[in-house]
Parts: sequence; structure tokens; C-alpha cells
Amino acid sequence: MDILTISIIIMAILQIGAAIYAVIQKDLLYAVIATSVISLILSIFFYVLQAPDVALTEAAIGVALTTIVFVITIRNTERHEDKRHVKIGNKIIKK
Amino acid sequence: MKKVIVLILLAVVAYYLVDVFSQIKFGENRFQGENVRDFYLDKSKNDLHVSNSVTSIVVNFRGFDTLGEVTVLFLAATALGSVLYRRKAHGEAVLFNASTIVRSGAHLLFAPILLLGAYVFIHGHLSPGGGFQGGTIIATGFLLMLLAYHDYKVSHGVLTWVESLAGLTFASLGLTGLILGKTFLENFLPIGTINDLFSGGIIPIIYIAVGFKVGAELTGVLYTMLNEKEYKKS
Repeated sequence: MDILTISIIIMAILQIGAAIYAVIQKDLLYAVIATSVISLILSIFFYVLQAPDVALTEAAIGVALTTIVFVITIRNTERHEDKRHVKIGNKIIKK
Repeated sequence: MKKVIVLILLAVVAYYLVDVFSQIKFGENRFQGENVRDFYLDKSKNDLHVSNSVTSIVVNFRGFDTLGEVTVLFLAATALGSVLYRRKAHGEAVLFNASTIVRSGAHLLFAPILLLGAYVFIHGHLSPGGGFQGGTIIATGFLLMLLAYHDYKVSHGVLTWVESLAGLTFASLGLTGLILGKTFLENFLPIGTINDLFSGGIIPIIYIAVGFKVGAELTGVLYTMLNEKEYKKS
């Protein structure tokens, strides 16, 4: 295995880890940062796979703009997932 | 009366749609041995003198799709503005000034970021990148200033003018090709030598227009979202 293959495998594992972290994290700000990490690694992948146009788009839109739109939304709503309400089936129950 | 006119118009549209599509057999190979990929690569190198063939496909061969994308972006930005933009502000904006280090850094980086964006969309036909990427980079430059200074103002009037002029340039270049040549976005300018800055006919002009349009739209979106006033909850 050459160095490129090994680094691609490491980046893929990081990407999957960031995706799982984004799902299980209750603090939405951290979850958004994790999704932007996914986009960052994805843009590196695009560059390695010889699609620099797509890599530029992914870096600019996926990493910068989408993240900032989510951050603004979180600032205007709530940062943490609501712990006072629990969803069981179709009913939302107050704790 | 209105209904009759609508029905007649719909009938005309339906007739031409059926007429066109009935000539194409379903699943038929319409290139008879020739490949679309080879055709595009060959034509972008020899007929258009564009070294980045992705650009020639996006702007020339599939230019109509790009016009649609730009329109979608314009509609999305307009919808967001009409929902969030309020002339009379109630309550306080929750923005505050950043620290001195961030402000100085933003001031220092603002011009180079704009320059990088302009470089990316002016050289869209030579190197990777293009109107969308360059416009987004310009928008991130404005975002930096908006985050650093809470009272940084972007004029909505100027943004609207830039957007409208860029869109008009795109559409009128396409229509000029339709009038002079045969198809929408047909090249009518001299193509120059390959790998030159002034090459590719209308492609660099269209990408510059797209860059200005995307940059102005995304800046407007970010400005509207960041300056949304928080209502005092009662």
C-alpha cells in the first residue's frame, strides 16, 4: 500500500467518525462543526480524484456557507436538543 | 375568454412537445458510434479554444442548465429576503463587535479574499473554478466583514443592481447567439489562441457575469440572515 491509499483510508474513517459524532451529539453547534469536517474531507477527496472544480465548490459552499447558515439558525433558535420533551411513538410527552 | 386562451396556448405547447418527442425512439442511441464525451472534449479544444473543458461544458454546451441554476439561486435569495427582511426593526440585533485581533485580521484579509474570488471567476476557462466558486469566495469575504463589524452595511440597492445587470448580461449574450448563430449561447466572438486570457469567445464574459451574480446574491442572503432582528418575546 502506498502513502496515498493509507491517507485515503484514514480520511474515510475520520469522515465516518465525524458523521456518527454529528448524529449522536446533543449540542447542535458541535454537530454542525462535525458536518463541516465531513465536507472538508470530501473536498480533499474530490481533489485527489482529479475533480478540482467540484473540490472548490465543495470547499466554498459545504465548508463555509452551509456551516454559517446553520450557525446563524442555531443562534436564532436553541443550541441544545430539547431534553424536556420525549417522543414515544407519535406522542410528545413532557418530562 | 381567459380559459380559452390558456387552452390554446397549452395546445400549442403540447403539439410541439409531442412533435419533437415522437421523433425520438425510446432508448435509441442517437450518436451512432460517436461519443458525447469525445465530441465535447474535441469541440472545446478545437472550436472554442477553452483549455478547461469542464467550463466549456457548463457554460456553453449545457449553458441553458446554468441559466436555470442561476435563476433558481435568484428565486431562493429573493424568497429568503422577502421572508426575513424587515424595514422597521423591533428589538435589538444580537450582533456585537468582535475583538480587535479579529477586526484587524478581517480588514487585512478582506481585499485578498475578494481578489482570489475575482481571479477564480476571471480564469474560469483556464484553471479550475468558475463563476459559482468565485462568487461564493467573494460572499465569504463579505461574511468575514459582517462577522467582525456589527454595523457593517451592505447596500441592498447596489446588490440588486449588480444581480440584475449580471443576469441581463447572461441572458442577452445567449439571445444574441440565438439571433446571430443558430442556437442559444452560440459563440459569436473571436475565440483567440488557446490558453490565453482572452480566449473562448463569450465563455469568460458569461462566467464573470455569473460570478458577480452569485457573489451579490449570497452576500445579500448572509446580510439578511445576520441582521435579522430578534423580536422581544412577551
